[in-house]
Amino acid sequence: MPLNPRLKKVMVIGSGPIVIGQAAEFDYAGTQACRALKEEGLTVVLVNSNPATIMTDKAVADSIYIEPLTLETLRRIIRLEKPDGLLSTLGGQTGLTLSMELAREGFLAKEGVALLGARLETIDRAEDRQIFKDTMESIGQPTVPSKVVHTLEGALEFAEKMGYPVVVRPAFTLGGTGGGIAATPQELEEIAGNGLRLSPIHQVLVEKSIAGWKEIEFEVIRDGAGNAVTVCSMENLDPVGVHTGDSIVAAPALTLADREYQMLRSAALNIIHAMGVEGGCNCQFALNPDSFQYAVIEVNPRVSRSSALASKATGYPIARVAAKIALGYRLDEIPNEITGKTMACFEPALDYVVVKVPKWPFDKFVYASRRLGTQMKATGEVMAIGRSFEQALLKAIRGAEISLDTLNLPGMEELTREELMEKISAQDDQRIFAVFEALKRGITVEELHELTGIDPWFLSKLVHMVSLEERMKKEPITREFLLELKQNGYPDAAIRRISGQEVEHLPAVYKMVDTCGGEFASETPYFYSSWEEEDEAAEFIAEHSTGKPVVLVFGSGPIRIGQGIEFDYASVHCVWAYKEAGYEVVLINNNPETVSTDFNTGDRLYFEPLTPEDVMDIVREEKPVGAVVAFGGQTAIRLTACLVENGVPVLGTPADSIDMAEDRGRFDALLEELSMKRPKGDTVTTEEEALAAANRLGYPVLMRPSYVLGGQNMIIAFSDADIREYMKIILEHEGKNVVLIDQYLMGVELEVDAVCDGEDVLLPGIMEHIERAGVHSGDSIAVCPPWNLTQKQKAQVAEYSRKLALALHTKGLINIQYILHEGELYIIEVNPRSSRTVPYISKVTGIPVVDIAARAMMGEKLRDMGYGTGLAPESGWYAVKVPVFSFEKLTDVDVQLGPEMKSTGEVLGVARTLEEALYKGLTAAGFRMEKEGGVLLTVRDSDKGEIAAVAAKFTALGFSLYATAGTAKVLREAGLNAMVTAKIHESDVNTRTLLESGKVRYIVSTSAKGRIPARDSVKLRRKAVELGIPCLTSLDTANALVDSLQSSFSEENTQLVDIARLERNADIHKG
Amino acid sequence: MEQTVYLLLENGQCMEGKAFGAPVTETVGEVVFTTAMTGYCETLTDPSYCGQMVVQTFPLIGNYGMIPEDFESGRPQLCAYIVREWCQNPSNFRNGGDLDTFLRKWGIPGIYGLDTRKLTRLLREKGVMNGKLTTQKPQGSPEELKALASFRVTKPVDKVTCSAAQSYGEESSAFHVVLWDFGAKRNILRELLDMGCRVTVVPAGTSAKEILSMAPDGVMLSNGPGDPTDNPEIIREVGALMASGVPIMGICLGHQLMALAKGGETDKLKYGHRGANQPVREEKTGRIYITSQNHGYAVSKAPQGAVVSFTNVNDNTCEGLEYTDCPAFSVQFHPEACGGPKDTEMLFLRLCRMMEETKNTREETVVCR
Repeated sequence: MPLNPRLKKVMVIGSGPIVIGQAAEFDYAGTQACRALKEEGLTVVLVNSNPATIMTDKAVADSIYIEPLTLETLRRIIRLEKPDGLLSTLGGQTGLTLSMELAREGFLAKEGVALLGARLETIDRAEDRQIFKDTMESIGQPTVPSKVVHTLEGALEFAEKMGYPVVVRPAFTLGGTGGGIAATPQELEEIAGNGLRLSPIHQVLVEKSIAGWKEIEFEVIRDGAGNAVTVCSMENLDPVGVHTGDSIVAAPALTLADREYQMLRSAALNIIHAMGVEGGCNCQFALNPDSFQYAVIEVNPRVSRSSALASKATGYPIARVAAKIALGYRLDEIPNEITGKTMACFEPALDYVVVKVPKWPFDKFVYASRRLGTQMKATGEVMAIGRSFEQALLKAIRGAEISLDTLNLPGMEELTREELMEKISAQDDQRIFAVFEALKRGITVEELHELTGIDPWFLSKLVHMVSLEERMKKEPITREFLLELKQNGYPDAAIRRISGQEVEHLPAVYKMVDTCGGEFASETPYFYSSWEEEDEAAEFIAEHSTGKPVVLVFGSGPIRIGQGIEFDYASVHCVWAYKEAGYEVVLINNNPETVSTDFNTGDRLYFEPLTPEDVMDIVREEKPVGAVVAFGGQTAIRLTACLVENGVPVLGTPADSIDMAEDRGRFDALLEELSMKRPKGDTVTTEEEALAAANRLGYPVLMRPSYVLGGQNMIIAFSDADIREYMKIILEHEGKNVVLIDQYLMGVELEVDAVCDGEDVLLPGIMEHIERAGVHSGDSIAVCPPWNLTQKQKAQVAEYSRKLALALHTKGLINIQYILHEGELYIIEVNPRSSRTVPYISKVTGIPVVDIAARAMMGEKLRDMGYGTGLAPESGWYAVKVPVFSFEKLTDVDVQLGPEMKSTGEVLGVARTLEEALYKGLTAAGFRMEKEGGVLLTVRDSDKGEIAAVAAKFTALGFSLYATAGTAKVLREAGLNAMVTAKIHESDVNTRTLLESGKVRYIVSTSAKGRIPARDSVKLRRKAVELGIPCLTSLDTANALVDSLQSSFSEENTQLVDIARLERNADIHKG
Repeated sequence: MEQTVYLLLENGQCMEGKAFGAPVTETVGEVVFTTAMTGYCETLTDPSYCGQMVVQTFPLIGNYGMIPEDFESGRPQLCAYIVREWCQNPSNFRNGGDLDTFLRKWGIPGIYGLDTRKLTRLLREKGVMNGKLTTQKPQGSPEELKALASFRVTKPVDKVTCSAAQSYGEESSAFHVVLWDFGAKRNILRELLDMGCRVTVVPAGTSAKEILSMAPDGVMLSNGPGDPTDNPEIIREVGALMASGVPIMGICLGHQLMALAKGGETDKLKYGHRGANQPVREEKTGRIYITSQNHGYAVSKAPQGAVVSFTNVNDNTCEGLEYTDCPAFSVQFHPEACGGPKDTEMLFLRLCRMMEETKNTREETVVCR
């Protein structure tokens, strides 16, 4: 079946900001899909509120709307662009839900837009619990028996019928609050009783417990003609109960006999046929480990996180094939790009093992509950490929950047047996390490299997690793033993540490990922390391030699808070720029969710951990003329020292400059030389020193351990008491470490990304933060261009930036953060590398920042590139970046913003005026812009001076004010009427019950302290998250919001801006 | 310490690995690879592998232990087993012991710890080759290689067929099927029994006349090892059977023998199709099915009176024939799966429908008279 000739223009909806559960995988999927559409000669209209994506690039789509993902906005874009089709299945749940609503309300039909990739009935069959159950029943596929009940009797009756244990899930409580597993009628009475009480509609779901069953996934793909294949099977190391996004996952399934495998494979195919999916689909099964009994847990009729993993694990480009199918192609008409010889209608055969390890944000959120369950908590993941399970697992562990290269987690050996076993039962992110420790202590596989439900096969593999480590301690590391250790994933450093013996490095060889287990010759430049005989990469390089110089580009590893998709954007653009300039580009990364790990992004891809040893093996293989570390975030920067030591030129800014920017002493000297100021500071090691320093500098002060990056464990202290508390925490956690104390200036924060060629500097724009200092730059609302700087101040920023860039011998990108305090400009931080804001600034100014930076690194001069030098003229557009958080997924995390970054993603609002751009940004970030109701105000003393002005604006809009006693007093003094509400500990009728009453639309809550979950202020803010009430923790944010509410903008009247055309506007300015 | 063993290939290349399973005595066989990721119990016991050394491309083999009820015959049929890593601690509720013990029990040598991907790529590039497994580092002299290259397994079908006819299923079954056993996989029998047939399994040497004397409603020609042209007597009998008008279905070797009997030709593939992911296109409908395959030869020229019904999507080789002059069809792949996908199981139904039609026609004919 050829391409549907009616289709000329297709709209693609992205997944919006990165949040937990919906991350970079949809940029990868969307980008692949857009490319597939463009190959067919179609015009692509892209809508996504997330600017830090590759899919929103001019290279990927024809018209690009970085607009709020709301129904009304989409309707308006459709009316404007008149696409012939809407591709619904590649933008995650967000894209799918929006597409379905547009279809359901008849809008698409009315506008003559064909819904591509999914049908309404298909989605209903997957998402409506009842229709799903009925559909499964009609094709004889078992689901987990369950019943919705409203009474305790109903629950008991069902449990009696199905047998204990049962799982209780209360309806509409956040994160499964009030649920649990009941093994006896007594327990059920207690849990279900509690659940019924907690559920706002007094309803619970009672489900037969399948705890301990294996969790198996199949990725299936089907075309319109009914041809279907399974791309990949995956097996969770953790049994059912831990979200698959939070589980270590292996591919292919490793413990299923052919009979079970084929049973589930057939089931997956039957399901995709019955659902009528045309495209990719993910089927999740629970399999009883002691029989052939299984149950379908979930079906996602769209491209998902699992399909991104399956794509990278097999080499099969699911998103691309799904897009082609949506256009009408059949599987046997779509070539398999990897082999170039076979078609997409086959099932990949793997000759390696893939292991995925999640990346959790608990290092940032020390107070968050680490417990894993049905709510996903990981922000990202790493994948590793090996010829053995042990090898793949250890590669993934060391690639996860958790300071580990084996399964020996420090602190585990100190636990008592009871503590250890308790930790293992608790099912948190460290369970694998606790299990490893238990095995080291001789606790048996049987006992651990009983306790965890982890299949003995996996446990036996860990036992094997225990025995290898035992042998290392006893035996000499012969060449043969070393080979065995390498084949089982041990890096040299770990071998040296464990054995106490010196070892010589045994270099890796590289195998190709070819989708077919070697059956067909492939030309895919997609490699992984192993310790075997044949080196296919060497062969490939020899055969495909172009004589071009080779450059290594590093990706940024797993997505985490503070280092997100923005860095993948930068890495990919860097690759493109170097390719364009005539280099052969080799990419190294280990994140399966990204565009950078698509095998055709670079000239060759090594799917490997970003550690010195792994990277140096690739250096030996590729003999690059240089390596680029500037775009892969801190992950890549950390490789600098090792590259320099081994004589690999670091391209662009010299490594010494990176050190100069990071070393406090050297940096201070530099500033002194340039006559620039920075907030005064000191370094201390004890509480006494800290107190003395703080009092000398004057409160507030910013404190952080010296080695820390990205605002981790950063604290603002307002008093001696704070210093005492924080020094205790820091010293406890970090032992003897130097703590930095800086004067904390409450001024206007400014940020600049500049490109320097060694002679000239180009500043695409200056960003000004809405929040004054106090909120991490990644969590602030940032505006470009700055709206209240004078021309003179802008010129000063430009001049400072120029001087700093040149003084640091920058070649490429540099990011500088400033504070404007009482008319003086202070430098807070300088990073001679790509930053989070690079994609944002590129998109709003139309200046391809990464491309220019890469060319500058290669020696081209800014003067010759046509984008000018100095501060670029403003484009006439305002762009507002608004952070997005994932607080509802992380229980016990205080939502109050501070110097530690908490946001997981961001959205952008673009408009002619600041007001409108801000309105669009806030809407895109998910704020419901409600203009009536109540506002609850409860602020710390330092904010009391300004709260009245904010409150007055709310009153003017007609909001009624609620406040805690102290805040209310301030408001009264300002002539504002506020109803006094008790704090949680003061009364039964309190701020929390007020929130529950539904009268409050917004909360402004700031507190001097926070963090600790037991505090009133934290409880209040958590409650707000549970109820979905916007909680503003900075008066500046509150001010911006209320100003925006006062404006006349609505979703109906904002200007829709096509970024692709905006860029052309910028071109005109340039001339 | 495990013993080091060597695999010498007829092109002189030698690979080194470690021994497991039965002690290695010098063993010679054709080295082939399979890409199936599960189903090693079935692979080990598939009679079509008689005389071959099988390389598993998936590196972890033996994970779920040995499961006798999944065996495709009573014993392992290959002559050596080559894996990257074998599992010492298998886990599965049906696990009946580990791979090593199983191979020891049946005297089959195994080799592990070698670069199986390198070996696979070698076979892909050079085509399948004979190999010799030894414990002494081979010299690879021209004589040794020449002798190795000339090795051929003789009459493999005779080695794997049953010794005497045996009946299965209820007397009252709707259909009686004779399963002509050239090394039949057990799952062909299971599938026929599941369809409600009574099945008489007969040895390869049975004549067409003998088969017809059993009054079958249909005949199933099984899979089996080796070069199909090595079986001239059988081919003659197959021809006679096809002329009789009895409904016939052929699988794998059975498919090739039928084609040869009707004047078609077979050829050796460079490295065969062995795995569980082979796509075939049904010519009539354009539908694609994923199939389980294990064959080194293929029908290169369809006989007169036959049309190609299935084609391999990867290399366009013939995967099935439909006879227009007699009630017969055949497939190169394994609709009985095991190991592998069950996507083409409906072909057994097709045989049943064919038997039903023939039965009805016969009865109508009787009535008319």
